[in-house]
Amino acid sequence: MPSQTFRIGTGAGFSADRLEPAVDLVKRGNLDVLVLECLGERTVAFAHRDRMADPRRGYNSLLDRRMRALLPACRAAGTKIITNMGAANPRAAAQRTLEIARELGLTGLKIACIEGDDVTQSAPRDAALMDEPGRLSDVDMPVVGMNVYLGVDAILPALQAGANVIIGGRLADPSMFLAPLMHHYGWAETDMPRLGAGILVGHLLECGMQITGGYFADPGVKDVPDLANCGFPIAEVASDGSAVITKLSGTGGCVTTATVKEQLLYEVHDPSAYLTPDVTADFSAVNIKSVGADRVQISNASGRTRPERLKVTVGFDGGFHAEAGVSYAGPSAIERGQIACDIVRQRLAQTHGIADNVRVDLIGASSLFATAQRYPADTQDVRLHVALRTRDRTAAETMLWEVEALLCCGPAGGGGFRGAITAAVVTKSILIDRAQVKPSFTVQVA
Amino acid sequence: MSTPGRNEKRIVRDIAHARAGDKGNTSNINVWVYDKADLELLKRSLTPERIKQAFPHLITGAVDRYVIEHLGGLNLVLHGALEGGVNSSLNLDSHGKSFSYLILGMLLSESDEP
Repeated sequence: MPSQTFRIGTGAGFSADRLEPAVDLVKRGNLDVLVLECLGERTVAFAHRDRMADPRRGYNSLLDRRMRALLPACRAAGTKIITNMGAANPRAAAQRTLEIARELGLTGLKIACIEGDDVTQSAPRDAALMDEPGRLSDVDMPVVGMNVYLGVDAILPALQAGANVIIGGRLADPSMFLAPLMHHYGWAETDMPRLGAGILVGHLLECGMQITGGYFADPGVKDVPDLANCGFPIAEVASDGSAVITKLSGTGGCVTTATVKEQLLYEVHDPSAYLTPDVTADFSAVNIKSVGADRVQISNASGRTRPERLKVTVGFDGGFHAEAGVSYAGPSAIERGQIACDIVRQRLAQTHGIADNVRVDLIGASSLFATAQRYPADTQDVRLHVALRTRDRTAAETMLWEVEALLCCGPAGGGGFRGAITAAVVTKSILIDRAQVKPSFTVQVA
Repeated sequence: MSTPGRNEKRIVRDIAHARAGDKGNTSNINVWVYDKADLELLKRSLTPERIKQAFPHLITGAVDRYVIEHLGGLNLVLHGALEGGVNSSLNLDSHGKSFSYLILGMLLSESDEP
């Protein structure tokens, strides 16, 4: 009787995710596959910048630490790794992983590198922008890189070749979960309801702890036990695509119908049409049922025809993002902070002509919701925060200078100046025909 | 946005929980009642019109709403609500991760309650 389920775990849900719970998951989770999802739209654009600066870079900066910790544990447990940590340079990421595997004596480990997502040279410059008017060629910023979302058709050949570690760049997040399910259960690429079910598993797991109690706690209404030791998730997937979402015993966090529901529609618009390279998934009739402590069963996802055009993320050099702040505390902190807001705005505009793309907030009184609503603030601890986006490095430095100058030339009791200038990237999306995308893979043996 | 003048005014957080996500310049916030009996109240309280009226300066585009009846939830899609999106917003929270609490802070529309 095929009672065995296929066990997939998430060991990273974003580029800077925690590592120690991933090692624990591999050691005790009896996993078939561990997915490390480490790429966002902006992450890939930043990675292109890194690669331009140094052709050996451009992959996830935590790859070394992750692979050193996870490769031996995965080999011992017989767990495959699938990851998009290659970012803008999967070849260098795979090469580095090979070196680490050899250093660790993991002889025979097969490491696959998937390429073909970088369409910087081939994407049409006259492509229409998604979600906004205009064409790619209208954008007045230098392109740093373009990556198309690759689906299971890029990953399956590497699985068929017996790879133990699969490293790509812009692999679509849920496709990294669907591919091993198709490979294991022999699901056909035309079996759209089943593919939709596999995409649901991937969608629920791709953000790691967001389904095991992360991004969830709200004291009194949504309490989460031992969040400090929150565990990464496991999906026990059956051959029909239904699954139980759970986590290791002894870890913190929780898997409940509420955590699963919040993740079900995370970054989803129409629940009946979630577009992926592999299938148009339908989550609108999904059933979610508690079947034990930290065990939630999901079923009844579906799917239909995959889109004929694939999404491409285009990264642009957006110049500089500058931020600076000064704090005020005690009686009249808000009033003094307000003076600081007003005069820094005035000085930037009058003296330096910096008035566009500047935002001034008073953290503690009004910042995150400043555009949305005003509410009464009652606090004795506020912080002026100035943000500026500019192509002109000198303007960025000038802004920091004017904020620091508030220490002597602003209201009473201002302290704690900090300022930073970082590179800014801007991303936009276009669509290209599937026929233009040619994924490929290579395998190296340690 | 109006502020609760009296303590008995209930807010969405009293009956529901929510999570916010972003795609480009669009924010989506899914909202789920703790008790299915409150779904009608939630639907009445979070109509697209009411949400747009609550945050006219934030939401520059349309508000779409999907009802997931059998799970007791709504998916709110706020177009043009991320001040340009994660790339160009100068909001400290450029993803609008905190916007779930904008919705959870709205007053419930209890006047039509049966």
